[in-house]
Amino acid sequence: MTTTAPTREQREAKLEGMGCKRKRVEDVRFTQGKGTYVDDIKMPGMLYGDFVRSQHGHARIKKIDASKALKVPGVVAVLTAKDLKGVNLAWMPTLAGDVQMVLADGKVLFQNQEIAFVVANDRYAAADGAELVEVEYEALPVIVDPFKSMAPGATVLREDLIGKNTGAHGPRKHHNHIFEWVMGDKDLTDAAFNKADVTIKELFSYHRTHPSPLETCQCVASFDKIKSELTLWGTFQAPHVIRTVASLLSKIPEHKIHVIAPDIGGGFGNKVGAYPGYICAIVASIVTGKPVKWVEDRIENLTSTSFARDYHMTCEMAATKEGKVTGLRVHVLADHGAFDACADPSKWPAGFFNIVTGSYDFPVAHVAVDGVYTNKAPGGVAYRCSFRVTEAAYCIERGMDVMAKKLGLDPAEFRLRNFIKREQFPYQSALGWEYDSGDYDTAMRKVMDAVDYAGLRAEQAAQREAFKRGETRAIMGIGVSFFTEIVGAGPSKNCDILGVAMFDSCEIRIHPTGAAIARMGTKSQGQGHETTYAQIIATEIGIPAADIMVEEGNTDTAPYGLGTYGSRSTPVAGAAIAMAARKIKAKAQMIAAYKLEVHEGDLEWDIDGFRVKGLPEKTMSMKDISWAAYNSPPPNMEPGLEAVSYYDPPNMTYPFGAYICVMDIDVDTGVANIRRFYALDDCGTRINPMIIEGQVHGGLTEAFAIAMGQEIRYDEFGNVVGGSFMDFFVPTAVETPKWETDFTVTPSPHHPIGAKGVGESPNVGGVPAFSNAVNDAFSFFGSTHIQMPHDHWRNWEAAKKFGLHA
Amino acid sequence: MIPAPFTYHRPKSLAEATGLLVDLKDEARVVAGGQSLIPIMKLRLAAPDHLIDLAAIAELKGIARGATSITIGAMTTQAELINSSVLAESVPILRETALQIADPQVRYQGTLGGNVANGDPGNDMPAIMMCLDASYRLVGRAGARTVKARDFYLGTYVTALNAGEILTAIDIPVPPAGHGFAYAKLKRKIGDYATAAAGVVLTVSGGKIQTCAIALSNLADTAVAADAAAKAVIGTALDRTALSAAAQAARGVMAPAADARGTVEYRTDVGGTMVKRALQAAFARAKG
Amino acid sequence: MAKTHVTMTVNGEPAEGLVEPRTLLIHFIRENLSLTGAHIGCETSHCGACTVDLDGRSVKSCSMFAVQAQGAQITTIEGMAHADGTLHALQEGFRMMHGLQCGFCTPGMIMRAHRLLQENKTPTEDEIRFGIAGNLCRCTGYQNIVKAIQYAADKLNGVPHKEAAE
Repeated sequence: MTTTAPTREQREAKLEGMGCKRKRVEDVRFTQGKGTYVDDIKMPGMLYGDFVRSQHGHARIKKIDASKALKVPGVVAVLTAKDLKGVNLAWMPTLAGDVQMVLADGKVLFQNQEIAFVVANDRYAAADGAELVEVEYEALPVIVDPFKSMAPGATVLREDLIGKNTGAHGPRKHHNHIFEWVMGDKDLTDAAFNKADVTIKELFSYHRTHPSPLETCQCVASFDKIKSELTLWGTFQAPHVIRTVASLLSKIPEHKIHVIAPDIGGGFGNKVGAYPGYICAIVASIVTGKPVKWVEDRIENLTSTSFARDYHMTCEMAATKEGKVTGLRVHVLADHGAFDACADPSKWPAGFFNIVTGSYDFPVAHVAVDGVYTNKAPGGVAYRCSFRVTEAAYCIERGMDVMAKKLGLDPAEFRLRNFIKREQFPYQSALGWEYDSGDYDTAMRKVMDAVDYAGLRAEQAAQREAFKRGETRAIMGIGVSFFTEIVGAGPSKNCDILGVAMFDSCEIRIHPTGAAIARMGTKSQGQGHETTYAQIIATEIGIPAADIMVEEGNTDTAPYGLGTYGSRSTPVAGAAIAMAARKIKAKAQMIAAYKLEVHEGDLEWDIDGFRVKGLPEKTMSMKDISWAAYNSPPPNMEPGLEAVSYYDPPNMTYPFGAYICVMDIDVDTGVANIRRFYALDDCGTRINPMIIEGQVHGGLTEAFAIAMGQEIRYDEFGNVVGGSFMDFFVPTAVETPKWETDFTVTPSPHHPIGAKGVGESPNVGGVPAFSNAVNDAFSFFGSTHIQMPHDHWRNWEAAKKFGLHA
Repeated sequence: MIPAPFTYHRPKSLAEATGLLVDLKDEARVVAGGQSLIPIMKLRLAAPDHLIDLAAIAELKGIARGATSITIGAMTTQAELINSSVLAESVPILRETALQIADPQVRYQGTLGGNVANGDPGNDMPAIMMCLDASYRLVGRAGARTVKARDFYLGTYVTALNAGEILTAIDIPVPPAGHGFAYAKLKRKIGDYATAAAGVVLTVSGGKIQTCAIALSNLADTAVAADAAAKAVIGTALDRTALSAAAQAARGVMAPAADARGTVEYRTDVGGTMVKRALQAAFARAKG
Repeated sequence: MAKTHVTMTVNGEPAEGLVEPRTLLIHFIRENLSLTGAHIGCETSHCGACTVDLDGRSVKSCSMFAVQAQGAQITTIEGMAHADGTLHALQEGFRMMHGLQCGFCTPGMIMRAHRLLQENKTPTEDEIRFGIAGNLCRCTGYQNIVKAIQYAADKLNGVPHKEAAE
């Protein structure tokens, strides 16, 4: 019997390396209900915590009476700020350099703020206890409109900051001011505007919304008094950062804190920061000596942990009459709520908002951001976003449309005239970034061809005439969006969180049989790292992906990393994987040379092992090399085959894409029907096209929700309007449009495998595409800009305003 | 979200249930499918001491076709309405409406009786019952009585149901063969209550509307009949003038709340649009 | 509060426990029975992550009390795979068509799809979308969930499935 040696194609296929649509390893457990999420964790004697929350948006707390709650059978303790003061934990630092109340200290600053933490034997008793804690309030004036925050005589929100004229990011101009952040050259920008042929100025408000992953924020804290060790399971996108923060706050030495992020049910930026629930669970565990679980419910999630956006951007643009942009000036009023709890890199109070020049060759630009306090929930997190990039992309993409209309140019044509050209990369932007690579013209033209853009515009013109003749009650909108993202934070020279540089890490151990484990500093919340990371290793060192286990989330075993958000996993940790793998490959080459009795330089890599140049039959597979590494390493070489890499990226990566949305709006109801959405993404090298596709579908769906209705709104009294899934717009399969996807590949020149990251692109580019489509539809009837979200009644209001109901 | 404690009762007969209601007085609530009550209990907006579950009472289930009317047991679920061939043939507006209520899971549990007895203006079936001129059978320990759907709704969560009474069945006069019908519901998404909704049942003869009933959901503090609107189209071939007159008349009985769905002005305006669309769809479907 | 003894059949096995009348079915399943596949996502009966199959109906187990399930036949995601450990067609379909990401909605989604396919063996795309509209997913945008259910329908019907995951 003869066996034929596998072909090169068969060997490649067996690896399931980069570029293939590898099916996800995670799915085997998830499809059988065998994932382990935080609320699945059960421990003997475990207690449950539940919060008493503020009914008021702003009030002084006169009295908290827990006596009735403490009589409820099963209630063990009720913690208030008074108790936390004893351990110096009534307040906690935020990632943005501010401080935040853990439990209300003297007053409450937003509705549903945490006031007391009731600990009980089960969650039913905890809820009964929370119901019976009596809080006496004295209502105070409420500020919900950020434009009124810095009015003279405005009520003082943060009494703890009285007299502090300097915050974490410089001088404060007013008692409700947080920071001013300025970038770019003001004089040159002013000069450009002075000699511009055409200018526009428009306020683009990006409303407050929320990441709302399907699993809320939750944790189990277990303090072992004998060992003085804390184990904390939680929904953490950045488990190592949580460990460091927990150590700094609790004074428990960092090596005695074990943070474990098990399976996470979606994050989208909601699970980066530290929340009062975590602190209270830890303190309650220390106090009671028992494990304490805290699980927020959906209303708590939407109204207290981490809103996103609430950016009010006044955009000014200058251009020549021929349609060439010459300057950009943006002022942002940033509403941070009661505490500045943004999860940005420490030196970036407005994140990377200075990517606001977008995909266009602006010679000069100037940006100023003022952060203010209001009586709303704290946060300002990056909801499927790299640190305010979604806001920046929205600002520039709406600005480009408004300018195009003023110039009488088609929005796509106006973009084509102003793109940064392929030969300009690496490109220095006016606001200080170095774009790594791009080919914008090709991407834009590919999408325009795919949808027959000219045909759509002709159809739109015909439909508009039909509308005017009364033959239809629908108006058609075409939304063009071209975005450039900045992701992969980031280089240690400018990115850190609480002083820890934003590198990421990978440790790979090859076992004697040629199987492997890779441990990472990141943490998947659905992105499929266990699948894709193994694909990178498979291609790099020729071990089948199926033989590689990827482990994340346990701070005791994983190398230190900064976590998963801001599309940083592939750009930073993905690079660390390649670098660690290459260290292993270098050692493997030495072992192979020794075993094959040739010089290292005589070997060349061939899919899954080394072969001797010119002697293709003389080979040694990685599997055999692995065994040799443990069985008979070369003299003077340490046995074993493993490597660690901490990767400090030299630059950010700059994914881009071109999106076109086509919709019809019923002017009598305001209902918008998304007829078509075409999305082209360029994320550089593609590791798993199936997963990229899935990320794009999901991001577009979130973009659709945000643009078309998803909002956390407050009434004038500081009450949240619609803080549950009844009102908060999470579309079902029925409302969700069907997506068409496409791609180009422009690798990052500085990334080891050329990958750029993709998870957030569809949200960044999608929101302006939807909003531009709505605005495009109304623009032909005299509208310049309509604020988001474009829900039914706001579309109807626009139709009314522009006389379409006549 | 944890409900407050309560005592659970699962009577096996109507007599047992009404007896419990009398004995327990205000401290008890009946639960049918629970798809409205249980969520508000979890929010502790309702905290009854006793919950009387009607699920085990066989006499509250079933769809029976009589000569001129159909009787539907209160515990008949929305899914059962949707799957009933008898209803699809005789009163198809019930299927059309039930399919627009909530989502599949809620429709398996939610009942017609719960939907009409709850008194929430956001429920969809009360307006349909008004269009069909249905009657509700109310049974208490003292006996049974019948109240027309049109007379049942007194205010938000306030109905003609007396303390100690249970709504046991709905009697619907079978509309004439060939009648036109439609339920036009504008909502933000599946699972939402109506921003505005209108039900229409009409008959046509010689191309003109002979009879018409119109009622509205979630546009006032109760479901509300728009009789002046119906009158405006009777005798017409539903020309543009008649449609506008109907919408205008219907807007006259609307008093929606401003909420996350929109302003009072918007909800009133689209309420009129829903009336127009329901009329057009019903007219197109009618034979005669 | 006095506790009630409840018995039911879960995934073909008898199950019982002592519960308060207010104990939600989802808590009974997750905590008393330690079947943690069904999840809690919204608690207001909108998201469907808690969906189980009960007496031939898809129900949101967060909006039902355990005492109401007395004597019921319940199937949860843990009861879907075949006795030999191979995956049910839906489980396979979700994996093959990339119908899940974080996995949190998946058990409820599969249980709902299971009942949908019992009632309609050859659903159209629109029927699938309408049929799963009681289940929210924040990750996938549903497009691949629809394909996963089509894949399973084809497999259950013995029809070869054409399309691969995009």
